[in-house]
Amino acid sequence: MIDPIFLLEAAVNGVLLSGVLALLALGLNLIFGVVDIVWIAYVDLVMVCMYLVYFLVMVYGWPLWLASIASVALGALLGLGVHLLIITPILGSAPVNQLLATGGLLFFLQSFVTFLWTTDHRTVRLVLPVLEVGGMFLSFARLIAFAISLVAMLGLWVFLRRTYIGTAIRAVSQDREAMALMGASPQRVYCVTSAVGGAMAGLAAALLIIQYSVHPFFGAAFGPLTFMICVLGGLGNMVGAFVASVVMAEIIQIAGVIWSTEMGYVIAFVVFIVMMFVRPGGILGTRA
Amino acid sequence: MSPGRAIGLALVVLLLVAPFVPMGGMRQYVFHVVIQIFIWSFIGGAWSLMGRFGLISLGHGAFLGIGAYTAVLLWNFFGLTPWLGGVAAVALAALLAAVVAYPCSRLQVVGHYFALVTLAVGEVVRLLIIAERDWTGGSLGLSLKPSAGDSVLAIQFADKRVFYYASLILWLGALWIWYRVDRSMARSAMEAIGEDETAAASVGIHVTRFKMGITMLSAGLTAVGGVAYAQYISYVNPDTLAGIGVSLRIVFAVVLGGMYSLLGPTVGTALTIALGEYLRIVFGLRFIGMAETIYGLLLIVFIIFLPSGIYGSLREVVARLTAPGRVVTGLR
Repeated sequence: MIDPIFLLEAAVNGVLLSGVLALLALGLNLIFGVVDIVWIAYVDLVMVCMYLVYFLVMVYGWPLWLASIASVALGALLGLGVHLLIITPILGSAPVNQLLATGGLLFFLQSFVTFLWTTDHRTVRLVLPVLEVGGMFLSFARLIAFAISLVAMLGLWVFLRRTYIGTAIRAVSQDREAMALMGASPQRVYCVTSAVGGAMAGLAAALLIIQYSVHPFFGAAFGPLTFMICVLGGLGNMVGAFVASVVMAEIIQIAGVIWSTEMGYVIAFVVFIVMMFVRPGGILGTRA
Repeated sequence: MSPGRAIGLALVVLLLVAPFVPMGGMRQYVFHVVIQIFIWSFIGGAWSLMGRFGLISLGHGAFLGIGAYTAVLLWNFFGLTPWLGGVAAVALAALLAAVVAYPCSRLQVVGHYFALVTLAVGEVVRLLIIAERDWTGGSLGLSLKPSAGDSVLAIQFADKRVFYYASLILWLGALWIWYRVDRSMARSAMEAIGEDETAAASVGIHVTRFKMGITMLSAGLTAVGGVAYAQYISYVNPDTLAGIGVSLRIVFAVVLGGMYSLLGPTVGTALTIALGEYLRIVFGLRFIGMAETIYGLLLIVFIIFLPSGIYGSLREVVARLTAPGRVVTGLR
């Protein structure tokens, strides 16, 4: 019998992990909703940004907050670059080609990083206290990451609701053709969206590097989970993305404690498949 | 006899006599590469049966993994011949395909969503293989238990020529099945479904039946490919036979060659395998990752500049040259 305190600890850790997962899913969700392309390589962009933070902090001795800002900037640049170099030429192609072009980027980033920095696991060694709450051990790094994720999501919400370009982004995700008919340039909206999505990848990278070590296959480990949370949350639904990431993180953490990590992922993925059948509009959505 | 048919026949004859051409010390290596091309082209062909009708599966690794592991486990633990193990493997893969395809077509899970559901299925199979490490060997993989010498019953041979002919027959079989599907009523029905499901249903096409049929056929053939690959390599590993990595590789090869033509998957597979081998030889162990980097870069460039694939684009050019003045709108 497993001590209930372990289950409780896993549950709390699940909530904390869900913050960063929701951030990632939202960035991907934004791009998917507006440009209508799934960036298979999205989490690999996160991986590249994690390497940036690692090198800035561990090799060049930058403070973490400054490195995080650099990571956000790099993420935005990468997002813009991916859109201009890869997505723009194939906007009118068949969906499978669009999917695969970013899949090619996945192979490219994964192996180029392997080539540059080998497959070593690298961690930013932070001396952060571990909190003990009622017999549970909670990592301070996770608490910070969770809090910053929440603030960033709130920031994104304000950006989408209160700014002119944010309104334009929401308009495109609702009706692409009508938007072009109103005389707005979709390309400009796409560029801003990709940059914002990239910046969120950069921020997520800074929050992930203080909890996990980075290696070339980081994207492969987190990628599928991120796509699934993104779709489960429902397009353009921020609360949905958060709920979906909490559900998935809880399943993985608790099943991980009871059986094994792999079984945790298996159950989470099966839940995703079933949810796609019963609630295609997302976890909070209604059936169309 | 049309020129196309004559070229095809000459090619088959050439492939049949190829093992008797003296190749010196390169012999084993050339065989190894060609056998892999045949087997992966077979798998790519199986994938394209679905892909060409807009059923983009990113989870064919699931069927490949089920095929390979079912046959190998049955042989290793129960001594069941892979001939019967293969039948079980195909049945299991088709069953899984049915379980996934039925709700997908009933509840209209299409496009990106279908791709993501299949991707999840592929990952589930990979993770289950790893989780059941007590008998599957987990991430370390599993070796096929060797039989005593050459054995037809165990499908194990020391001579690569046997595998060469076997994989050649498999590959020709895949081409034949592709051709039969291409000429069948199912093709028209599936194309109509791919264009507009509701409209197709309104003229009396049984959407679910056709989708399930083509998915189960594709999955079953992929499982056959998995069994063949496992028997040839005599080693199975969850990361090379299931999950997102191998699933993407299959799709890449097919799209690179062109998924709307008979020889597209073969051309794409042959090119990616040849390119991979070439880069591996050039870089060797000096720059680990460099070969894959160039591979990824080339894939992006090819997809941007040759959207209907290499073979598909080539056919468009030929069609344009031989029929001047006629507008060729492409295969898509």
